[in-house]
Amino acid sequence: MHPAGSAAKVIATLWWVLLGGATAIFLFVAGLIAWAWYGPSGERDERGFVIGLGLVFPLIVLAALLTYGLVVGERLLPRAGPDVVRVQAEARQWAWRFGYDDAPERETENVLHIPAGRPVDVAITTADVIHAFWVPRLAGKLDAVPGRVNVLRIEADTPGRYEGLGSEFNGPGYRDHRFSVIAHDAASWDRFLQGDAP
Amino acid sequence: MTALRRHRALTRIWASEPGWKGWFTTVNHTDLGRMFLTVAIFFFIVGGILAMLIRAQLASPRSAFIGPEHYNQIFTMHGTIMMFLFAIPLFEGLAVYLLPKMLGTRDLAFPRLTAYGFWCYVFGGSMMIFALLAGIAPDSGWFMYPPLSSTIGAPGINSDFWLIGITFVEISAISAAVEITVTILRYRAAGMRLSKMPIFAWYALVTAVMILTGFPPLILGSILLELERAFGMPFFQVADGGDALLWQHLFWLFGHPEVYIIFLPAAGAISTILPVMAGTRLMGYGWIVAAAVSLGVLSFGLWVHHMFTTGIPHMGLAFFSAASTLVAVPTAVQIFAWIGTLRQGRPTTRLPMLWLLAFFATFVIGGLTGVMVAIVPFDWQAHDTYFIVAHLHYVLIGGFVFPMLAALYYWMPHFAGRTTYFKLGPTAFWLIVPGFHGTFLLLHWAGLLGMRRRIDTYDAGQGWELINLIASVSSFVMAIGFALVLIDVVVNVTVAVRGARDPWKAGTLEWAMPTPPTAYNFASIPEVTSREPLYDAPDLPVQIARGEGYLGDCTRARRETLSVDVATGEPRYITVFPGNTALPVLMSAVTGLFFLGMLIKAYWLIPLSALGVIACALVWVWSLGRKESEGLLPAGRGMSLLTAAEVSDPPGWWGSIFLLLANGTFFGSLLFGYAFLWTIAPNWPPPAYVEAGSWILLPIFGGATLSLAGARLKSIGGTVLTVTGLAALAFSCTFLISRAPDPTAHAYDATLWVLMGYALLHHLVALLMMALLVARMLAGHPAATTSGALRIVRLWSDYAVAVTLVTTAAAMLPGMLT
Repeated sequence: MHPAGSAAKVIATLWWVLLGGATAIFLFVAGLIAWAWYGPSGERDERGFVIGLGLVFPLIVLAALLTYGLVVGERLLPRAGPDVVRVQAEARQWAWRFGYDDAPERETENVLHIPAGRPVDVAITTADVIHAFWVPRLAGKLDAVPGRVNVLRIEADTPGRYEGLGSEFNGPGYRDHRFSVIAHDAASWDRFLQGDAP
Repeated sequence: MTALRRHRALTRIWASEPGWKGWFTTVNHTDLGRMFLTVAIFFFIVGGILAMLIRAQLASPRSAFIGPEHYNQIFTMHGTIMMFLFAIPLFEGLAVYLLPKMLGTRDLAFPRLTAYGFWCYVFGGSMMIFALLAGIAPDSGWFMYPPLSSTIGAPGINSDFWLIGITFVEISAISAAVEITVTILRYRAAGMRLSKMPIFAWYALVTAVMILTGFPPLILGSILLELERAFGMPFFQVADGGDALLWQHLFWLFGHPEVYIIFLPAAGAISTILPVMAGTRLMGYGWIVAAAVSLGVLSFGLWVHHMFTTGIPHMGLAFFSAASTLVAVPTAVQIFAWIGTLRQGRPTTRLPMLWLLAFFATFVIGGLTGVMVAIVPFDWQAHDTYFIVAHLHYVLIGGFVFPMLAALYYWMPHFAGRTTYFKLGPTAFWLIVPGFHGTFLLLHWAGLLGMRRRIDTYDAGQGWELINLIASVSSFVMAIGFALVLIDVVVNVTVAVRGARDPWKAGTLEWAMPTPPTAYNFASIPEVTSREPLYDAPDLPVQIARGEGYLGDCTRARRETLSVDVATGEPRYITVFPGNTALPVLMSAVTGLFFLGMLIKAYWLIPLSALGVIACALVWVWSLGRKESEGLLPAGRGMSLLTAAEVSDPPGWWGSIFLLLANGTFFGSLLFGYAFLWTIAPNWPPPAYVEAGSWILLPIFGGATLSLAGARLKSIGGTVLTVTGLAALAFSCTFLISRAPDPTAHAYDATLWVLMGYALLHHLVALLMMALLVARMLAGHPAATTSGALRIVRLWSDYAVAVTLVTTAAAMLPGMLT
């Protein structure tokens, strides 16, 4: 919940909106029950309760919410752009191997290097069972499925080190199935691509 | 005849055998309902102990209490037990116990099937407990994703226990669902129209139909995965044309309806209890029925929301996201109808009502977090974290356990026939509810802070320590509360004082009998015209006991009840139930040997036990009906009716219809899996498709025609035609298998074997049924020639024909297209 990338930020905002809305609805329902309990009995208002509150109210709330979710989801999709960097992530029990389109000979183990401030597409796959790639502060997660390559868009706003996690249960080594993401500024990214040790 | 003499006569006819022997030979729904509930609660205790171990382990960072090998077994078994061995069987037990009483009849439609299902549950559950105690329990998470759960990730026997044990237990779910459906449709009080049924029956009907259509995909998935593990048939291995995602589709096709299969019975209990607690009648009966039905339908359209992170295209996700949020609407209809009911009545805080308030407070939060994770981008962050763990416990404990506790306290006077002894109840309530929220509320936040589910321990310094400590302490408070409930139940059942009938002043028929209930439920079957018969006819219990309803005369000295018209509830025929028998427990033990043979790879045991099951089934069916025709019999109130053996739509026909519904869903799932692999799996097409000359169409279409025509002739000649036709169909299937000799070569070959094997199994079933029919004809049994028996056999032989046509077409289609 400390977003450091655009995708994570958008999702964090989404969360605060959801939390606010959910709290409001919960308080409303609780108040309604209290009113039903202590108010004068005998009143019969089937239309108000069932149609008004049961049908119309959730339909309006849900329609608004779905639209919001869809718009956010579309913004997070990996779209082509001039400065998109592409990297590969291959998971196995219990490690990660990363490759770089811009430097095909480079390969790193359990550390992913990316440039800061540029969108990065991570092509995710697996060598054995199902895993998931997740850097909580940068973006949501995406699964590594045998025989498939899934692409996740991540972006780090500032240079630094971010924790990454395998987040699909994958056996006894699951707890320590982690990796790091190092976001470089432009100069250090160039040095990395040219083969300097990070 | 006085009421007392009638009671004694009926008890002689209906009672189970005394003592421990009665447990194994009883087919009575009251006994079996209590046994189901007791065993389900036993499994709740086991699952609860596992939960305590989990919370003990997670109470502090870097705990060395349990290592990952055992922790993985513990959380897998916690989920598995709570879902399959507690929640579903608890519903079955409640429905088995209550439904005939609420509907005004004397037993469920197929009493021996109730017992068979119960024993399958006990034996299958024992397998799981054995695995747990032996330290070889499944450890791949309760949804068992391959390849982790397959030979690649789990080479030991652990996964086999899950796949085989749970499939064995599912027999009980399917058999309970068949008979709940048939009971609700055909076994009610006279004149009880569908629209006058108690609301719980509607919920049970929707739930049962959902079990019939929701469980088959899981059963199929389990069979396929076990075939992959045991024989190397590569359904889920991508290198050989399988696909790991196929399991996820099959699993969640079951898994999401499962959530509503658990919630709907609880909602049924709420809709029954809440109006009584508020001293009024339920608001919006029709709306609630519509909401339950639409929940049932919608829940099949949103399984993909468990797979938002598997890389499915965004517009596909949008559809399932919309469907997922849409289920909130029928849920809201029910919630607000209940609040409206409270408003219209005068609610009092008696213990069941207290639990319903806990339900509201908890379930509304669970529902709202459910809407949150239905929003795709949010789910990308929350998926597989403790946010999900917290959400699902709010839904399942809030939406199922709390209402079931309300149900427990509401119906306890009925189970035990004693006034409830409320001393521990409120104390337990005040431990469980705050304990629950203390455990799970903050875990939402831990999930958002990045705490993944299923990790066995964690490092300090991530901001989770305090949350986890609070959760662990609260969970032990909650556990103490549950222990108090258990003690409370034992105290109530054993030492409380005898209570009056109908202590809550409820209006439904289960309170129209003495409590604890008699073996026969109703001394005579009442005529009913309203939803709350006891409100409109307060002296109904007396009339029933005096024998003023139907079948109050027990001179025929056998177990009889009334079958009614589906819609109107008009009496149609008399069903004669079988008496006490050990056949069900014997047959489920032999069924268990079949599963055991699979489990320990003692394959010689499988054909032997299959023959044993067939032998038991033949004995089972042979005992139905009587040697001589009885014609019209007096049924009371001046009405004369035939018995079920002499009508064209006997219970067996209705049972077959719903069993075939489940079977057809299984077949549909198989075809879905085949189409999925064909179109989506990466390594297709296979090296070669099966090819056969066009001559194969002759045995296929010829066999189909002969079989369909023969089944419509009421003579031995017709049977000969059908048998010939089925033999031709079986030949075609065997030939196609011989053209794909290696089922391990590619997922296509493996699927072909399963398709053909499925068809062959149905040829065998139809042939066995026909052999039995012929044997009974030759023995001069009148029931064999009544149209009812013929129609049942025709259903199954027609189904076998349809299956063969579809499977052979499916097998040869890809070859013809290329």
